[in-house]
Amino acid sequence: MTLAGELLQASFWKAAAMMATIVITSSTGEVLTAAAMKSMGDLDDIRARSGLVGAIKAVVTSPLFMGGIFFMAVAFFSLLFALNHMNLSLVGPAAASLTLVTNTVAAKFFLHEKVDQRRWTAAALVCVGVYFLAH
Amino acid sequence: MTHHRLSFNQHLILAFVSVSVPLGDASLSRGMRSLPPISPAHPLSLIGAVFTPWIAAGIALLIGYFASYLTALSWADLTYVMPATALGNVFVALLAHYWLRENISWMRWMGIAMVTIGVAFVAHGPANTTLPVNTVAPLEPQELDAKEPGR
Repeated sequence: MTLAGELLQASFWKAAAMMATIVITSSTGEVLTAAAMKSMGDLDDIRARSGLVGAIKAVVTSPLFMGGIFFMAVAFFSLLFALNHMNLSLVGPAAASLTLVTNTVAAKFFLHEKVDQRRWTAAALVCVGVYFLAH
Repeated sequence: MTHHRLSFNQHLILAFVSVSVPLGDASLSRGMRSLPPISPAHPLSLIGAVFTPWIAAGIALLIGYFASYLTALSWADLTYVMPATALGNVFVALLAHYWLRENISWMRWMGIAMVTIGVAFVAHGPANTTLPVNTVAPLEPQELDAKEPGR
């Protein structure tokens, strides 16, 4: 369905607020989770050293991880709410594209990843590509 | 350990990250569209939706996705793993065309090409550009003996 069609179902600002909530909470959750996983190192190495229980314990006892889970849960229920009012063909790709951009910016500034020209180009291509796929 | 090139198992994990998201989202959408509209005044009715079959199946797929996603984030950058997630949209479009015989517009073919090229761009670079905290290899027993002779 086109954006104009979506506007028949939900007002523009209501739809924008739902999308913004999904994108902001999803990005915050993913960056916190990525920071947690980076800080503990390769999970396969931890599992080899301390077993599966040790690996699970290392993950769930991380405050960063629990913060990430909280924001991802908010993002999930925001997605459910949005799917109840708008079509997946709009919500899915739009949320994926926008989250990709906010995650790339956040990864550079908060996770200190080396986001070089190659990764910026890839993020832009994937972002526009996901948008095209929805049409 | 910093991995610049991924093993076969690590590629399998990234492939599961790709396909589980669109399948999970489609299940969630199928489940939510079958429910009556939920009012913002009654957000708790969303909890009840979790126990319907399609939503439950979607959640199961997304739990599998999350476990794979966490594992991938422990040896790869967020900006490396993210495009793999987007590749799922390409799988769904190609399945719809070749399996369900659905028509794909030129715009969707362009989208498929752009996502694929974007993923290929990232995949040719290093998977991890940051160093995790505990990357120092544990001491071997003989090294420990040298450090603590009376042990």
